[in-house]
Amino acid sequence: MQEIKRKYVIPGDIVAEGNLKPLVNVFRNGNSIVATRIGITESNKEGAKVIPLSGIYFPRANDVVIGKILDHSSLSWSVDINSCFFAHLPAQDVFGRDFSPAHDDMSGQLSSGDVIVARIAIFDRTRDPILTIQDKDLGKIPAGELIKISPTRVPRLIGKRGSMIQTIEQASSTRITIGQNGIIVVSGKDKEGISLAINAIHIVEVEAHTSNLTQRIKQLLNVPESEIENGDTQANHEMNETAMNDDKDISNKIDKETGMMNSNGTR
Amino acid sequence: MVQDRSLIDESGKRSDGRIIDELREVKINVGIIKNADGSALIEFGKNKIIAAVYGPREVHPKHMAQTDRCVVRCRYHMSPFSTDTRKSPAPSRRETEISKVIRESLEPALILEDYPRAAIDIFIEVLQADGGSRCAGITAASVALADAGINMRDMVSACAAGKVDDKIVIDINDTEDKEGGADMPVAYMPNLKKITLLQLDGELNPNEFNNCLEEAIRGCLKVYEIQRSSLIEKYFGDEKGLKE
Repeated sequence: MQEIKRKYVIPGDIVAEGNLKPLVNVFRNGNSIVATRIGITESNKEGAKVIPLSGIYFPRANDVVIGKILDHSSLSWSVDINSCFFAHLPAQDVFGRDFSPAHDDMSGQLSSGDVIVARIAIFDRTRDPILTIQDKDLGKIPAGELIKISPTRVPRLIGKRGSMIQTIEQASSTRITIGQNGIIVVSGKDKEGISLAINAIHIVEVEAHTSNLTQRIKQLLNVPESEIENGDTQANHEMNETAMNDDKDISNKIDKETGMMNSNGTR
Repeated sequence: MVQDRSLIDESGKRSDGRIIDELREVKINVGIIKNADGSALIEFGKNKIIAAVYGPREVHPKHMAQTDRCVVRCRYHMSPFSTDTRKSPAPSRRETEISKVIRESLEPALILEDYPRAAIDIFIEVLQADGGSRCAGITAASVALADAGINMRDMVSACAAGKVDDKIVIDINDTEDKEGGADMPVAYMPNLKKITLLQLDGELNPNEFNNCLEEAIRGCLKVYEIQRSSLIEKYFGDEKGLKE
């Protein structure tokens, strides 16, 4: 395994010197790579980057997000996705290509205040993001408890290959849907399970960068070691090291391995 | 400005007991406002200032938005109770100007191209004023911007230097500002080594000017260390082991 150097940085700090490629949250200044955010550095052969510890959600194409319907025009719904841009969900995405504003009742399908899981189909910074709900497990969320965490904590909450979120789901017998934008829906049959899950999520948010977090979460949820799947205990130490990894890789991995990261039937 | 009394005594102590190159006590608390995306409370001697940052967020009114970069809006405001005689809460000429210079001193540090069509709002509220509030405001706002996770090229630290009794001193307080010879607030990006704000009130000869600027930058570097440790404390607590 190649060596990964880590340190804590604030904006302006030098991440690495030399001919490395600047990846994310860094810029090149002369011969050095400089951090632009508060976070933990990661530099290896591929380049240098900073994993940020604070910040709002900035949309990226293909992210799964949870949003709230604000309003609709004759052709699209506008959706609040907890970002600096409002997203649009085109009516054709829901009604199909033969959608006609005269015949189809948009507010009958989704009315303002509804919460949806959607994927960002198109986003290129020059226009507002366009959403789609035409995919497995996307669409309207009928019930659940809505909570907000910092979007920078989402990868940690998912954990390595979804281990953290699976642990919480199993122990509290709830279903947890995570949006990359930091909005989470917790649903389940009993109230105690839901409040236990919410509690655990808040702890993960506050203590995201500390080590041995999975262990503490398991203690909180009273999970005996033997019940945990995926050889999780052994991966535990490693996980804490890599957990703040790029969320994209993680969620893609989960998509392939377990079907999807928000492992519940929302439609 | 007429000097009717000595501001530095025989032992070299200033009106508040400091020596000439000593800062007032500076304390920064990060993340004190839950509703803001980033915030900081700074206590710079007797100054008490809150800075709150919101954004990047939607621009309203929409026509203000820039297609290629983010808009920065800054409001510096003094509370009616921040001074010994009540200050009208309406924005004064001075506050409007300070809002502008603070915005311009922070903009070079922000990577605005990363957030096109959005806005960053900075609110600086002076709860208690004692001279040097614009410098303390810039310092706090820079910490709040970092706390909000906005892409920055560098932090911005600010400190004033000036002339009191023909001596160059750093971190001018209220009395020295009113009765002293010159006051020069400087904002500085410590890693990039660039000045983002330079104002001067009073008279200095070229030699004094150079000295004064040097001292102010030295003050900025001291302020930077405090900014840095407050952010590290907030985000990494006691786990400083990873720091090289």
